[in-house]
Amino acid sequence: MFLESFLQNLLNALQWGSFYALIALGYTMVYGVLLLINFAHGDIFMVGAYIGFFIATLLLGQYAGSSPSLSPVLVFAITVVVTMVLTSGVGVAIERIAYRPLRRKGASRLYVVITALMCGLILENGNLALLGASRRNFPEMLSKTAYNIGGINFTNVKIMVIMTTIAVFILLETIVRKTRLGMAMRAISYDRMAVPLMGIPVDTVIVFTFILGSSMAALAGVLFATAYPVLEPYMGALVGWKAFIAAVLGGIGEIRGAFVGGFLLGFIEIFVAALFPSTLRDLIAFSILLVFLSIKPTGIFGVSRATKI
Amino acid sequence: MLTVCDLHVKYGNIEALHGISLNVEEGEIVALLGANGAGKSTTLMSIMRLAPPEGPVVTKGTISYNGTDLLPIQAHNIIARQGIGLVPEGRHIFGNLTVFENLKLATFARRDRERIQQDYERVFSLFPRLADRRTQRGDLLSGGEQQMLAIGRAFMSGVKFILLDEPSMGLSPLLMLELFRVLKSINESGTTILVVEQNARLALQYANRAYVLEAGKIVLEGKAEDLATNPEIHRAYLG
Repeated sequence: MFLESFLQNLLNALQWGSFYALIALGYTMVYGVLLLINFAHGDIFMVGAYIGFFIATLLLGQYAGSSPSLSPVLVFAITVVVTMVLTSGVGVAIERIAYRPLRRKGASRLYVVITALMCGLILENGNLALLGASRRNFPEMLSKTAYNIGGINFTNVKIMVIMTTIAVFILLETIVRKTRLGMAMRAISYDRMAVPLMGIPVDTVIVFTFILGSSMAALAGVLFATAYPVLEPYMGALVGWKAFIAAVLGGIGEIRGAFVGGFLLGFIEIFVAALFPSTLRDLIAFSILLVFLSIKPTGIFGVSRATKI
Repeated sequence: MLTVCDLHVKYGNIEALHGISLNVEEGEIVALLGANGAGKSTTLMSIMRLAPPEGPVVTKGTISYNGTDLLPIQAHNIIARQGIGLVPEGRHIFGNLTVFENLKLATFARRDRERIQQDYERVFSLFPRLADRRTQRGDLLSGGEQQMLAIGRAFMSGVKFILLDEPSMGLSPLLMLELFRVLKSINESGTTILVVEQNARLALQYANRAYVLEAGKIVLEGKAEDLATNPEIHRAYLG
């Protein structure tokens, strides 16, 4: 009985942590490259969920004029891919319109962070203005199937979320370790000045980073909406904050840190909720994290680095 | 090959170069000598078109390379398209990358796979130490090894013209000598070199020609062997 409930919570925590991990990636990669905390990133997750909503609705033929003849799995796959592409466009647009001009002028990082906060608010309120405050139901593309093995309940969606997150982790680690663009991302975080001297256009590496981060947030958005199919303009705010905390917890700038931090935050939240009244969940969870960070401020994998001038 | 004409540059509001002119011909080793703060590094940064805040702003004058005006070109294209590389002062090795990754990164803009393979072999034969340490992180190398890696990187970027900023800094006399021997050998296989050096005696021994910078102006220029016997140089730099 105890073991069963433990395993059940473990599985729930893995799924819950997957969302944090996928979003935390974007925070951590952008920080690694630009030393910028991209506070608009949580809202990119929201934008991803909404773009997914429109693509899926369009494909399912809920708007007049389209032909609903695709299989649900194919609809889901197309939705994921198109959403990732379009959301990357939004992420890159923010970098081009808001962050790059500041970088060109040599503005202090503080101003860029404030700009990022404003971009997030613009996305939230832009959504509110365009689409209204009413919640939207994400269409069900994959029919949920529930399984029960040894007293543990899970759905196909839950398994898919967890597997996808693990696959993303392997993919990104490979990109960053093995490809020249990935090496350039690591190089920038160590010594920005020397990167152009290798014949590498720094802006291209930065755009690539935003593409990776935003598309993973979009993936998280679609997966999240598949598991919890209610969308509202502020859905990215709190999840974004928490994913940022997960990134810091894992050691910001480290990809594996984003994953471990995301899953750890998922575990703490789910297990606190299992043991205590759920209204105390965030209070207890974040008190634990506060103590953890005061003991190890650089997070699990982070190393303190001297500020470079 | 490289012609710098009446170059004025500023860092912020401070003018660092007050109209310098120099030229480097294909196949030469040219040394740029002078005291700290004379503007030697600034000259190299200007040629490389590094953007502010690291790089200075050119306010007047021209820099041309094989007839191409370099001023409107971005730094990464100076390396990738024009084929000029810089080994920066302080080496700027990527300490979080391995020796081999540092070298591989320098091939970022290259597409000539076979030549790249040959160049790896060349670098590892010029610097056998790097071959021994190819899987080691850059920040674990000694100063001398880092300098070798920095030169190896410039070589791997496939450039025809290498600028070096204080390559001998922090090296033992023996390593300095070794370094210049390698530079000579790279030069003999067809790479043009412009080297900024504090150690004037050593530089003049290997260079064909040299310029002496003082407070942002060129005060002397000539063949290396003439400058080596020039009494003024002797007093100021070879004392």
